[in-house]
Amino acid sequence: MATDSVKDIVLSPVFKNNPIALQVLGICSALAVTNSMSVSLVMGLAVIAVTAFSSMFVSLIRNHIPSSIRIIVQMTIIASLVIVVDQVLRAYAYDMSKQLSVFVGLIITNCIVMGRAEAYAMQNGPVMSFLDGVGNGLGYAVILLIVGFIRELLGSGSVFGLTILPTVQNGGWYVPNGLMLLPPSAFFVIGLLIWILRSLNPEQVEKTEYRIVANSKAKIKETANV
Amino acid sequence: MASNNSIKKTLIVAFSLCVICSVVVSSAAVVLKPKQVQNQELDRKSNILQVTQLYKPGDDVEEKYAELITPRVVNLETGEYSEDLDPGSYDQFDAARDPATSRTLSGDDDIAGIGRQENFSTVYLVGNPDDPEQIVMPIRGQGLWGLMEGFLSVRGDGNTIVGLSYYDQSETPGLGGEVDNPRWKAKWEGKKIYEDGDFQDPQIQLVKGGASGEYEVDALSGASLTSRGVTNMLRFWLSEGGYAPYLARFHGDSQGGA
Repeated sequence: MATDSVKDIVLSPVFKNNPIALQVLGICSALAVTNSMSVSLVMGLAVIAVTAFSSMFVSLIRNHIPSSIRIIVQMTIIASLVIVVDQVLRAYAYDMSKQLSVFVGLIITNCIVMGRAEAYAMQNGPVMSFLDGVGNGLGYAVILLIVGFIRELLGSGSVFGLTILPTVQNGGWYVPNGLMLLPPSAFFVIGLLIWILRSLNPEQVEKTEYRIVANSKAKIKETANV
Repeated sequence: MASNNSIKKTLIVAFSLCVICSVVVSSAAVVLKPKQVQNQELDRKSNILQVTQLYKPGDDVEEKYAELITPRVVNLETGEYSEDLDPGSYDQFDAARDPATSRTLSGDDDIAGIGRQENFSTVYLVGNPDDPEQIVMPIRGQGLWGLMEGFLSVRGDGNTIVGLSYYDQSETPGLGGEVDNPRWKAKWEGKKIYEDGDFQDPQIQLVKGGASGEYEVDALSGASLTSRGVTNMLRFWLSEGGYAPYLARFHGDSQGGA
């Protein structure tokens, strides 16, 4: 991995190796915060910041982390960063932080952040780890924005709060799809996205997917990515 | 790597990490605190201004608030203003949690589903505090999914509604969540609360399928339980246990509650 170019590190998680679409990580928050574009955008930025900086800090001290407590060390760094991000949002984007409520705090449990710290940052230098974090955060943000776009357009008839399809409630013609405003709709949208992505890139349909082997699957996949 | 795993090294790393992280987290919290408090204040003020219909987008919230609004603390039982409590620092949500400054609501009394009610509430007077143009009152109660918190504004007669708006609710988006829809909120203006000056018994309610008369507002379609919650909450806060004793003082009294 050390020979990877900067471009690969940043861009491959966005389309080729997307953390949500391919690795199916971080689904929980993707369901919860994608009912409008602006919320998805802020959430995406928050995750990019946390993933990038946590990977960088973990990488900086990777040679000093005792392996017996490495997960706790990573978690502590991630948790501290998430709290800082939450505080910054409350101070400078108050309305947004009200809408995101607990989901900013729940970035701590987002598997993407932890996954990158453990799988990449523990073996690579700080700069590359930072870029890897940015790339994976971007991959997450892109999916969030796509899902947010579909859900906001079909659920509220708007994009970024600007009315595209005037809804019946506001005297227009469009009857909004109420399901799109509720979290389960993100399941369908993400499912369809994964389907489309894998139809376009058949190599993404990994064989292991059909060979369900105890609990070791995730681990095998992570090391395969490294 | 072997040396990393010694007990000494483990303790050192764990300890220094904790120190560094706690310094980072606490300094972020301390540095950003004033900004956050300011945001919360601003949010509350802009909610109050919005329910009075006097706020236009682009107005400076702080300036407009200072110009128009005077907060006062009201004793809900007597309807008198409190001399002891400072409206600037009195927090009725804290008061509602403290048994010494609140009362427990039981079963039939608790139609709003709030459990405890504070003895004193802050009200926000628009214009001359001795003869207000509008009175803004905080209300809250259960909707379908959770507590809905908002402000109700009435004219200086204590009977004519100016607006109702919720600043915190978790109703179903697109159905009960339509309590936030400006078109629905506009229906409240000019509605009356009490019939013939009978301040014991608020008449205002949401009705399904076409409201008629000045005591009725259209219920939200597809949101029966949210609508029932709104009716119950208004009935509760505008009855004897709520603001009724206070509002009664404005009835037929052009001097207001001086």
